[in-house]
This record gives sequence, structure tokens and C-alpha cells, in this order.
Amino acid sequence: MKYIIPAIRFKIFMTILLGLIYPFTITGVSQVLFPKQAGGNFIMRGGQVVGSTLIAQSFEKPQYFWSRPSAVGYNPLPSGGSNLGQASADLKKAVDERAAKLKAAHPDKAGEPPQDLLFASASGLDPHISIEAAQYQMQRVAKSRNLSIEQVNALLNESTAERQLGIFGEPTVNVLTLNIALDKSQGIESAPVLVPVPPVAPAAAAAVPAASPSTQTDTK
Amino acid sequence: MRIVDYIQFIIFVVALIALTPPLGRYMAKVFQGEKTWMHKPLGWLETLTYKASGIDPKEEMSWKGYAVAFVVFHIIAIIVLMTLQMTQAWLPLNPQNLPNVSWDSSLNTAVSFITNTNWQGYSGEVTMSNLTQMVALTVQNFLSAACGIAVAIALTRGIARRSSSTIGNFWVDTTRTTVYVLLPICVVFAIFLVGQGVVQTFAPFVDVITLEGAKQTIALGPAASQVAIKMLGTNGGGFFNANAAHPFENSTALSNFFQMLSIFAIGAALTYTYGTMTKSRRHGWIIFGVMLAMFIGFTSLSLTSEFTTNPTFHQAGIMEGKETRFGVFNSILFSTVTTSASCGAVNAMHSSLSPLSGGIAMVNMMLGEIIFGGVGAGLYGMLLFVLLTVFIAGLMVGRTPEYLGKKIEAREMTMVILAILSPCAAILIGTGISAVTPAALSSLANKGPHGFSEMLYAFTSSAANNGSAFAGLSANTPFYNLMLAAAMFIGRFAIIIPILAVAGSLAQKKYSPPSSGTFETDTGLFAVLLIGVILIVGALTFLPGLSLGPIVEHLMMIKGITF
Repeated sequence: MKYIIPAIRFKIFMTILLGLIYPFTITGVSQVLFPKQAGGNFIMRGGQVVGSTLIAQSFEKPQYFWSRPSAVGYNPLPSGGSNLGQASADLKKAVDERAAKLKAAHPDKAGEPPQDLLFASASGLDPHISIEAAQYQMQRVAKSRNLSIEQVNALLNESTAERQLGIFGEPTVNVLTLNIALDKSQGIESAPVLVPVPPVAPAAAAAVPAASPSTQTDTK
Repeated sequence: MRIVDYIQFIIFVVALIALTPPLGRYMAKVFQGEKTWMHKPLGWLETLTYKASGIDPKEEMSWKGYAVAFVVFHIIAIIVLMTLQMTQAWLPLNPQNLPNVSWDSSLNTAVSFITNTNWQGYSGEVTMSNLTQMVALTVQNFLSAACGIAVAIALTRGIARRSSSTIGNFWVDTTRTTVYVLLPICVVFAIFLVGQGVVQTFAPFVDVITLEGAKQTIALGPAASQVAIKMLGTNGGGFFNANAAHPFENSTALSNFFQMLSIFAIGAALTYTYGTMTKSRRHGWIIFGVMLAMFIGFTSLSLTSEFTTNPTFHQAGIMEGKETRFGVFNSILFSTVTTSASCGAVNAMHSSLSPLSGGIAMVNMMLGEIIFGGVGAGLYGMLLFVLLTVFIAGLMVGRTPEYLGKKIEAREMTMVILAILSPCAAILIGTGISAVTPAALSSLANKGPHGFSEMLYAFTSSAANNGSAFAGLSANTPFYNLMLAAAMFIGRFAIIIPILAVAGSLAQKKYSPPSSGTFETDTGLFAVLLIGVILIVGALTFLPGLSLGPIVEHLMMIKGITF
């Protein structure tokens, strides 16, 4: 058993090198080169962190673009998907409910809502929606804010990212930056206030901020 | 599929082919002890490692010595990993004050991370402190990868050496892999990932108030440094629960592309290293070609399945469990890459793929992850099938089979068959036991055949040392923690010890020059025969299991039946 001592010493040495020196070095270099990204791409408004451009938030009010459905209720602790199979009756039921809700909220649109608004994301925190999904919601948002379609469309374009290098991935719309830009265009730049929620129904029947012209209650 | 999808596929394949010779040549130099351009900046680190560990780099080991060093090192790593997890509440770098991990979960995770499986019964962001993630898990991401590569190199030496009683030095191979291959690439890769948006911080979680006034706690941590080696070392254990689907682990399409490429990079390059070290470069390319052909074949099947209209939803390319920035194509490509290699990272939830796409992910693992495969594991796994094919070809013509100048005899074939069949047995027996055990069935999330698939996938993933999951299964129970730990153990050691035995026995043999009766292994005919042997072994073993899971689910789905 002459290998026991070298094994222990090797493990200790590698633990210091790979478990401490390596991650601390990467952290140090990252903080210098990419401080914003390394820290989590957080956005401030009114002196307060309102979210990360990479983490989806729940949006249910008519004046906001809505995120994709989340199997974890937009709670990052822990992240995850529904893991339902494509022949699952539970999935069918959930999608039917989402479709009905979306159709009711978008009477101007005929046909099925875009796919990504019907199906939950993998992480439960997908910060993006497709361009089709944004266009689908545009009329509702414009009407609710008394903005013209053109005004909303201009902001939508600003929050739209094309494929990376023109080839990789899919075009995306960042829901949070778009909604912040919409608020800003109407002079809402103060920090949001925590709305107390009843312990069971999360973030559903919340009071609508003063900026909202519509007081239609949310339908979860 | 759209044109842009085809273009991305072609770019991926071309990049992989282009990367193979330079990286393969570099690794061959490293493992043959030649000087490379990295020796100037990093040579001191290699020397320091030997000094600090009390290792004599000149010592040569027999296969038994190599195997003993390998096993001893793994046992020590299990003890260290379990200790760190079970005491993390009392240790520093735990900003969320996470409690100690239970004994069965920490045993499972320890086995999982030493065997390069990185199966995760736990959810990273609510279970592991930053210290555990770094000092226990990141370290083992490197070392389990380095150990796998070391074994592949030992086997390569066994084939290349003549009349030799030794196959190299385990410590030297592991050190050189870490110092010259894994660490430098990871430093560059990790910083690139941070630039794309992968987090790297020791700050505590951040509480935000959302625009609609809800509270959201956003998990953070030193993720990029771990994600880099998780991909390059085909480990696959996510920093966060959603793994590479989490925007903080895989933020953009570009980070996604390089994560996929890095999963295959070393496995592909090792075919070139192998060809170089055995002086049969053409044969190395034949192995690469077989891997590439099977990869393209299975990926095409999976894409076809996913892009076929689902009658229940009247849509194709269902986005359930997929991320917008990746879309359907990149989710499927990632799923076949991660299961062909023994990575197991996921950028889409495999449980929500179409039944046949999920089935192909399983098939990739069941065949032994030999399509580029885990780092090192892919090469030695493929060489098992190469030896089997040579043997079968020898039987057909009725003479003793030879492979690269070495006679293949009963002793080698016994070991080869043991290594091929052990993980298969672990998968089938483990799934069988689960299917009749109430404690196992109560963990299922889906009903019908998909529930069966959850169990079949779990044992396949564990025995193949992959680590991905049909994650509806609540696997953090004593039953699964222990059963799957056993499967992971078998999937690692019941392959590697026979492999080292084969290496030792081949190294001792004399060179027998090829004659007119030798079956050539650098021809297209050999490639076809090799693919045939792989598929026949896989089909004979797993068709019944697959029929009960993904196949019957597919047949029900196309009739519009839900369950």
C-alpha cells in the first residue's frame, strides 16, 4: 500500500491548486475584465436592484410583456423545468389553461398563441421570449399604457437581440429590459415597492401601481 | 429544420474536425514526455506537484500497480468529498448558511463526482456551499477527468509497447493531464464564459423586488470556473439545478456552442493521440470517423423526431423544457452531444423531449458512450468494441486475431467482455429492481411509460457515468442514492480495471508483424463492421427495455393518447 501517502498528498495539493487558487484567480480576473457579468448582470432602478437581465420575473399585469411560463414560479431556489413528457396529460391540461388565459387577454389575436408562451422553459428562469411572442402581446401592452403600437414596437426593437454573429441561437426579446424601457418611456423610474402577498397564492392579487391605467384583476 | 440550423450543425462538425489534429498532437507530446510550448510557463507546476506529493515521476508501474494507485486515489477522494459535504455548515465560504448534507446524499455525490458521472440527486443552489462547490466538486471535476484520460493513455501504451511489463505512471499521467491540458484551457474558457454572462462571484444571494413588487432571491456563486471544467472534462454536474439551461451557467448561444464543442474536444482529439502513439494514424482517423458517423446519424434521428408534429398539441418542436435563446435545434444538438460523451450537462430538460429523442439520449449512453465519449472513457470504451470486432473478424476467417501487431487471445477477450457487460447488467438489473420496489416507484413524477423511462434513464445515466436525468424522478432518497451510487461504481471500476488488465497483458506481448491473413483495421470495411458490432450488442441488450419506455410512449403519442 505504498500509494496511500502519495495519494493523500496529491489530493491535498490538487485541492489547493484547483479548488482554491484556480477559482479565486478566475474570480479576480473576471472582476477586473467583466465586473457586471461576473456579478450577475443586475439592473438598478431608483437606487435599488430590480432584477437581473438573465433571470426571468413574473409579469401578470396587462401593461407589461409577460415572460414564458415557469415550472418553479420564477423562484431561482432551485431552478428547473416541469420535466413533463410530451405525451403527458398534465402538460396538456397546463397548456390548455395557458392558451385560454392568453386568448382571453389578447382578443385582438386569432389562432393559437406562440409556442414559447404555452410551454414552460427549462430553467424556469428563461429571461427571453421569441419575437412572435412579443408581437403577440404588443397590442395589449400598447392599449393598456395608452401608447401607440409604433412606440411599443420601437422599444421592442431595442430589447431584441438577433442571432449571435448572425448564425448562433435564436433571435430573442429580453422581457425585463423591455418592461423597464416601457416604464421609463412613461416616466416611471422609481424603485418598485414590495407588495405583501398572502402566503398561499403567490403574487396574484396584487395592487396595481399608480401608473397602470387598467385595474383589471390578474388571472393566474 | 431551417437552413440556419444546418449551418450551425456544419460549423459544429467542421470545428470539431479542425480541432482534433492540433489538440491530439499536443496531447501525444505531453503523454510521451516531450517538451511542448506549454512546458516553459507550466513546467515548474508539474515538478512542484511531484515534489509536494512525494511522487517519483520516473517510476514505471505494472498494470496492477497502476490499478492500485487508481483505486486508492479514488477511495481517498470519496472520503474527502463526503467529509466536506457533511461538515460544510461549520466551514467558511457558506454565505447562505446551508446545512450539512445527509450521509446518503453525500455518499451518492462523492461517488458521482469521483467517477466522472456527476449525477446530482441534490439541487446545487440550495444544497452546496461555495466551499463545497469549489474545494470538493470543482477539484474532482478536474481529477476524475484526468484519471479517465490517464487510463486511456495507459491502454494506448499497452498496445504500443512491446514485451514490456509496465504501462506508465498513474500519478504522472494524471498530473500532466491536469497541468498541461485541462487547467490552461479552463482558465481561458472560464473567463470567456464570464464575458458571456456566466457568474463568478463570492457574493451572497441577491434579494430583488421585481417590477410587479414580488420578492425574488437570485442565487449566485463561483460558477464559471466550475462550468469550464464541467464541460471540458465531460463531467456535467451543474452549479445550479437547471444545469446548462440556467442563464447564469450558459448565458448565450455562443457560450452554448463552445460548451458543446468543449464536451467533444478532448474525446475527439484522443483518437488522434491514439493514432500517433500507436503509430497508426490512419486507424485513429477510422475510429474518429466511426464516432462522427454515429454522432451524425443519431443526431439526425433525434432532430427528425423532435421536428415531427406532436398530435396532442398539433405542433412540432415543442418548447417545453427548452430555452428561447437556444431554440429546438441547439437543445437537441446539446442533448446528443452530452449523452454521446459522458458529460450529462443539459441545456434542455431531457424528460420533456419527444419520446424518441429522449430514447436516443438513452441509446447513446447504453452503447457505452463511445461516440467521442467521456474524456478518456470514450476512447477506451471504443477500443473495447474495436477488440471485439477484431476478435469476431478473426473467428470468421478462423485464425488468431491480431490488432496493431498484437495477438488477441482468450485472456484479453474475457476482460473485454467483462467490461462491456458489467454496466449493461447494472442498468437492467437496477431498473428491474426499481420497477418492483414501492420505495422506487413513489419517486416517479410522470405516469405510464414515461415513468418507467425515468427509472431506466437514471440507471443508464449512472452506469454509463453520464449524469443527466429525466429529472422528474425524485432521486434524492436513500433507495436511489445507494442504488445509483452502486451503478456508478460498477460503471467506472468494472470497466477500468479490466481495461488496465488488457493494457498490461498486451504490453507484455511480442510484436507479430502483419501477414496476408491479418484483418486490416484502417479500412472502411473495418469501420462498417465496427459500427455493426456496436449496434448489435446495444440492440440485443437494450431493445426490450427501450420498448417498454420511449418506444411505447412514442406509439401512444402519435395516436394522440396522453397519460
